[in-house]
Amino acid sequence: MPRPGNILIVGNGQAGIQLVDSLRKEGHTGPITIIGEETHFPYQRPPLSKDYLAAGTDPAPLPLRAEKFFMDNDVDSRLGAHVTSINRARHTAALADGSTVGYAKLVLATGAANRVLTVPGSRLAGIHGLRTLADAETVHARLGEAKSVVVIGAGFIGLEFAAAARKRGIEVTVLEYADRPMARALSPVMSRWFAQAHRSMGTDLRLGEGIASFENDGAGHVAAAISTTGRRYPADMVLVGIGVIPRTELAEAAGLAVANGITVDTNMRTEDPDIFALGDCANYPSHHAEARTRLESVQNATDQARHTAKSILGTHDPTQGQAYKELPWFWSTQGDLRLQIAGIAQPGDETILRGDPSSGKFSVFCFRNARLTAVESLNHPADHMAARKLLARERSLSPDQAADPGFDFRAHAKEPQPA
Amino acid sequence: MAKVSFHHTDGNVDVLDVDPGTSLMRAAVTNGVAGIAGECGGQAMCATCHVYVRPEYLDGLPEISDDEDEMLDCTADPRDDERSRLGCQLKAGESFDDIEVDVPGSQV
Ligand SMILES: Cc1cc2nc3c(=O)[nH]c(=O)nc-3n(C[C@H](O)[C@H](O)[C@H](O)COP(=O)(O)OP(=O)(O)OC[C@H]3O[C@@H](n4cnc5c(N)ncnc54)[C@H](O)[C@@H]3O)c2cc1C
Ligand code: FES
Repeated sequence: MPRPGNILIVGNGQAGIQLVDSLRKEGHTGPITIIGEETHFPYQRPPLSKDYLAAGTDPAPLPLRAEKFFMDNDVDSRLGAHVTSINRARHTAALADGSTVGYAKLVLATGAANRVLTVPGSRLAGIHGLRTLADAETVHARLGEAKSVVVIGAGFIGLEFAAAARKRGIEVTVLEYADRPMARALSPVMSRWFAQAHRSMGTDLRLGEGIASFENDGAGHVAAAISTTGRRYPADMVLVGIGVIPRTELAEAAGLAVANGITVDTNMRTEDPDIFALGDCANYPSHHAEARTRLESVQNATDQARHTAKSILGTHDPTQGQAYKELPWFWSTQGDLRLQIAGIAQPGDETILRGDPSSGKFSVFCFRNARLTAVESLNHPADHMAARKLLARERSLSPDQAADPGFDFRAHAKEPQPA
Repeated sequence: MAKVSFHHTDGNVDVLDVDPGTSLMRAAVTNGVAGIAGECGGQAMCATCHVYVRPEYLDGLPEISDDEDEMLDCTADPRDDERSRLGCQLKAGESFDDIEVDVPGSQV
């Protein structure tokens, strides 16, 4: 029998590393090559905008796996190596150093890159993004001296950063063009609750106010942010958190379909049967959203990696079906606030509150056409875990049940599905 | 340095020397201890760092917070009312000096 061919993974983030692990667990004995352009040993991103920013000693990144993982699993792992192009006909990838690597199967786990600002002054020193460990090292070092920071964008990363900066006693202004924070991902009730909470932490959250330009201090460093309403906010540091763009450049140049991410089917396979894509860079048909979607979360990266390993090796359990159907879930911690989301809500979903928002512990249940789509929980992991169980099993919950404080939602989530 | 022993279901044991302030989860992930995932990076949000603390080391552990308590109800392997903890919530030098834990068979 011929030795199985090389599986080449481009990108060694959350998705790529989990894929290596899952390929070996699923029985792949052939070669695996994983290539990442960052020079750091593969690490977890979520702490970078949270614990990593706390005051005090030198923070240490949290690795995705131990160093010996790559040896134990006989993996050719290359750090600081950039893949520049793919030759689909020859089944090879070209690297920046001029070498090529052959593949039997190719996986694009290239993640996403921060969207950059283009307003006047955007390139001044002191204006930072936060995606990589290199970014976080810079931001952590700068925070030590910062007195007033301006955050552009009230998304998850911007607000996690804002809360961390407030904990250090730094003055924080957040400029957000939309009329509420995290508007793309959160129901209006939860989003407004967070707006209030950040204001009570002492953050000046400016809604409906975008960034127009940055002022130069005369030496090439940022001195202030000027908003779209003409207000001036002095800043010795600026953090830009205005979302990401999927890294589709390799796929696009290779002639693969791309539309807000690399287009894949429910097996994470592109139109080329030997090329797969997953994680932040992939646009897939979502069972739970009932539409094509692209998600940015640890759960999405790791669950898709487990699925992709089976798709590549043909080891899907036939009784479970071949299609990727894992329930999306997500978390964000902003200071002491712990938000968890199960499922995918859509704008216009009906929302029902359980618990008392003024107690700082409650959940928002989202319904579309009387069907539960998502549950957002604040400081309430038990609700979150029950919601995950319920949504994953597609067990029904009516809006009336959700609205009834006497209804035991967590017990209901544990009951077996009626026949 | 604290001495931490991870006992696996197959009888193997990983013994680590852990710096003060480092959590059981971080020590396990950094050193490749099988069966501890830590997918949420230590935020008590995923319950994939579940361990069973051996009874002789239970005294002196910090109280279980409400968040940890709720997550422990949702572990992949069943919760033990006495011994189950989240590895990310136990830190060397703060929560324990030396400790021995059993690693559950599954975390996801
Ligand atoms: C600061 C921050 C906080 C976050 N917090 C949370 C959170 O609380 N909860 C949550 O669920 N999610 C969070 N996320 C999102 C989560 O980290 C991502 O969804 C996840 O990392 C995606 O994994 P990935 O492997 O698809 O992409 P990535 O982790 O981005 O990895 C892709 C890698 O591929 C490399 N690469 C790309 N192109 C090439 C090439 N041509 N050649 C070589 N290498 C290449 C990139 O350099 C990168 O290292 C956070 C993200 C950030 C940045
Ligand atoms: S690492 Fe996620 S709960 Fe401990």
